[in-house]
Amino acid sequence: MSPQPLPYAHDVLLALLRDMLRIRRFEERAAELYGEGKIRGFLHLYIGEEAVAVGALHALGAHDAVVSTYREHGHALLKGVPMQAIFAEMYGRQEGCSRGRGGSMHLFDAKTRFYGGNAIVAGGLPLAVGLALADRMQGKADVSVCFFGEGAMAEGAFHESMNLAALWQLPVLFCCENNLYAMGTALARSQSQTDLCAKASAYKVATQAVDGMDVIAVYQATTAALEHIRAGLGPYFLAFQTYRFRAHSMFDPELYRDKAEVEQWKARGPLHTYSARLKAQGVLDEAGFLAMAAQVEAEVEAAIAYAEAGSLEPVEDLYRDVHTPEPAP
Amino acid sequence: MSPPMTYREALREALRDALQRDARVFLMGEDVGRYGGSYAVSKGLLEAFGPERIRDTPLSELGFVGAGIGAALGGMRPIVEVMTVNFSLLALDPLMNTAAALRHMSGGQFSVPLVVRMATGAGRQLAAQHSHSLEGWYAHIPGLKILAPATVEDARGMLWPALQDPDPVLIFEHAQLYNQEGEPGDWQQVDICSAKVRRAGRDLTLIAYGGTLGKALKAAEQLAREGIESEVIDLRVLRPLDDATLMASVGKTRRALVVDEGWRSGSLAAEIITRIIEQAFFELDAPPSRVCSAEVPIPYARHLEEAALPQVSTIVAAAHELCRGA
Repeated sequence: MSPQPLPYAHDVLLALLRDMLRIRRFEERAAELYGEGKIRGFLHLYIGEEAVAVGALHALGAHDAVVSTYREHGHALLKGVPMQAIFAEMYGRQEGCSRGRGGSMHLFDAKTRFYGGNAIVAGGLPLAVGLALADRMQGKADVSVCFFGEGAMAEGAFHESMNLAALWQLPVLFCCENNLYAMGTALARSQSQTDLCAKASAYKVATQAVDGMDVIAVYQATTAALEHIRAGLGPYFLAFQTYRFRAHSMFDPELYRDKAEVEQWKARGPLHTYSARLKAQGVLDEAGFLAMAAQVEAEVEAAIAYAEAGSLEPVEDLYRDVHTPEPAP
Repeated sequence: MSPPMTYREALREALRDALQRDARVFLMGEDVGRYGGSYAVSKGLLEAFGPERIRDTPLSELGFVGAGIGAALGGMRPIVEVMTVNFSLLALDPLMNTAAALRHMSGGQFSVPLVVRMATGAGRQLAAQHSHSLEGWYAHIPGLKILAPATVEDARGMLWPALQDPDPVLIFEHAQLYNQEGEPGDWQQVDICSAKVRRAGRDLTLIAYGGTLGKALKAAEQLAREGIESEVIDLRVLRPLDDATLMASVGKTRRALVVDEGWRSGSLAAEIITRIIEQAFFELDAPPSRVCSAEVPIPYARHLEEAALPQVSTIVAAAHELCRGA
């Protein structure tokens, strides 16, 4: 527990906790709904990793672009995609944020500049580079933020994207969420260099390793990285050390890691450590916590009710949006 | 009337024109700038438009094609040059999994106004990793529009409408065509939705595109000397196919021969013949036929390369077979 006082206003500190709770409760309910057969396909839970999305996205501006992976519920929620549109998407309803075409892995939202929802590992990195190039060429000050796992760092797309972003000094923030396992393959079993910042540094990109279980550390590191990028000093790479408490997907029997290891990481869980810290510093009491939890619970249940009441896209619309429709004359 | 120019010059003028007309347009790819383009298409454009808009890239097809998609999403109108179709396989993931799919899988939120140009085809003894015709593969993918300019007029005219298209367009330039001379003609009127009859005839329909159009026209001349009048159709657009023009011609000639530099099995030729059978079966006087590349990696030695590709002689022979008994 950090003895130092937390350097932000109470409403900021509480918002960080509330958003971690929102992601956690959203996903716990999503897992239950999966068990009930309401949600199908793949469902990749972010439980345990919430501090990364919350700390990083609280540091971003509304105009900054976010490109994410297939484990993106948290990033989508924090970018401002309405929770009800995400649940509706997972229900396959046309009220979903991708009209029910994408499901859990392909959440998109043009309004908030949330560019998915990319289910090809490392597929989002070149997109972020291109978005940043477009912003720069149009004289905009926005940053493109790309989330990916440490597994993506074995893909060619990672290396090509780091090189392009550094070569062209583009405003890209690379956020690696290192949860130690690429599906079931441990980092040390798949990459010769396990120091992720060393890999990024090879491209002359500024780097910082961050405790991804500590939402304040994430927020501070992201804020500093964005300042660096906005000052025109080029791209930045953040390596967030985190851990996935649940299985890779709903089909994963978790044969590749010890239960003891999972328990050790759970002891460092971002929600309970942070709420304890807030309580220790007098920012939050038990009644306040319970009220916050109840508020989150109500939001989640209302969002599920919205999805339940949603409608199916007519089958006649199957071909809609393969191409952009001609504008009306 | 514009003076004659080469296919290469026509492509360059189209690029210059687009760069002048729309500040959002930029060209990027390997060696497009200082080197002037591996096929010299972009020669002189760096000097005219500067390194931001004529952007040399590292050898990172996956990276810069993906970045082209991102730039298109971000409001630009990128033209990405990939040196050859064989190298484009390194970028197949972003083309197929993102560019082609994004609008549909995002529920209509994101269009990708990206143009990708690449050289395709054989005939220069470049062997098995620089000579294939894979445009038929790309024509398999919903969400893409596939163009194959075979004339100087199309080389000059197709780029601008491709840039106006809100969705990804791939342009395949047959490597044998760059030095071909011709009139740019009515290039302002060029569309990217129709097939064109390049030669009228009554006895059979030769269906070709890109690098095989010239061979089909030569074969038609030879056949005409024997009294067989071929109608030659230039597909121009490989996806979506212009069925109406094809069926109108086949309905008239009652015989169809497809000339496709792709491999035979699962080819564009196979798709076209299937459509003819589905839509015009009862109007046919003979089974539709095709001349494709031999199903081998394209070899280096000249005689073997020639043997692997559709040639005027093989087209003429196939036409004779098709017209036997007529």
